[in-house]
Amino acid sequence: MALLEVRSLSKSIGPAKILEGIDLTVERGEILGLIGPTGSGKTTLLRLINLLDEPSTGCILFDGRMVFGKPEKELLCARRKMAMVFQKPVMFKASVETNVSYGLRMRGRVDATGGEMSMSDMVEEALAAVGLSGYESRDANTLSGGETQRIALARALILQPELLLLDEPTANLDPGSAASIDNLLQRLAGSRTAVILATHNMQQCRKLAGRVAVLQAGRLMAVGKSEEITLPW
Amino acid sequence: MEEIYSGLLRALELIAAVDPQVVEITLRSIFISLSSAFLAGIICIPLGGIIEFRQFWGKRALINLIQTFYSLPTVTVGLLVFLLISRSGPLGGLNLLFSPSGMIFGQAILVSPIMIGLTITALAGVSPQIRDTAKSLGATEMQIIITVIKEARVAVMAAVLLGFGRALSEVGVAMMIGGNIRGYTRVLTTSIALETSMGNLELSMALGIILISISLAINLLLNRFQGR
Repeated sequence: MALLEVRSLSKSIGPAKILEGIDLTVERGEILGLIGPTGSGKTTLLRLINLLDEPSTGCILFDGRMVFGKPEKELLCARRKMAMVFQKPVMFKASVETNVSYGLRMRGRVDATGGEMSMSDMVEEALAAVGLSGYESRDANTLSGGETQRIALARALILQPELLLLDEPTANLDPGSAASIDNLLQRLAGSRTAVILATHNMQQCRKLAGRVAVLQAGRLMAVGKSEEITLPW
Repeated sequence: MEEIYSGLLRALELIAAVDPQVVEITLRSIFISLSSAFLAGIICIPLGGIIEFRQFWGKRALINLIQTFYSLPTVTVGLLVFLLISRSGPLGGLNLLFSPSGMIFGQAILVSPIMIGLTITALAGVSPQIRDTAKSLGATEMQIIITVIKEARVAVMAAVLLGFGRALSEVGVAMMIGGNIRGYTRVLTTSIALETSMGNLELSMALGIILISISLAINLLLNRFQGR
């Protein structure tokens, strides 16, 4: 059973059709590249999958269960198995540690119980994974664009999501920062976390993703292995 | 002019001498106004959050109504609260009339529209991305509201301070609900009104200077919060 199944998903805002008839599946542990030019509907699709917005028609099955049209409690339960990193992530007005541990605290995690890792150890580990060890006490709103992007990634990774949604995570970064995020994503490949990587960079898709879905003007044009896909533009 | 000058000097002497009557009235004023601002704050800040975050029919009209109530005449609120807590009113059994508790209740009602309205404005100023980020990280609706209030804490604190300032400087509710009872419900504004009518201009001026000083302190605090 696929981790995520998107069936005939459409989204309209007024008369404008943003997405039309999207069918897509994502398997556990795979990295799926979602490629498309600016305005093709990548962000809208990720937001729908993350249950931040409601579709106009169609449905999403997460872990075999239909998610839309369910009570908020069930939506929350599904949303807590995912994490999304936005294209331009924002930080809460707090320290890096508070930002990174936010999702854990929202899940009622206070600190270590039994043999579990303490929350500060988990933050330390997540920061180390994104190459920002020792940043715990820094004000999260004084970081550079690259650092903010990596903290946002750490904030998502600490939750050990089953599905990680990344919206152009390297679009606004310098080559060095982009490479470090790519390396981190490469390390994620084969783990229990499935990733949908929205990008307009085919090279990045070929490097990281096993499969690629091509989105253009709100329609899914092709889905296939990254080496087999040729872009229509 | 001479009278004002000598009155001012005498007023400063009263303040410098730490006159017990002046101290007592000042402390009671601050206590009652702070309590009413606190009471209004714990109700109005979450209420403002709920109004801002929930979509419902008539939301815009409700916000307009709340904003209209910013300039609600204090005597109108005084009358309303009087009717509520007078012996024959629905809350008459609580014995709040002519008591500091009644004044706190009345002033809390008076400052509520300002606090709710400014909280709504403050929360609307927080980037929608903060809500999306909190939601995507698994926050519940109430956790999202709390997160956004935390993000807007400076502006929300300004709303509370403005509420405190309005409570401190109003006279209608304090007079009608408190009754200006010496040593019990007499506060700065009601004392100024009484002492002026009795011709005790020095004491009136002393209390007036204190009232202005507290207002100035609130303003400075506000500016500090807002980073100006």
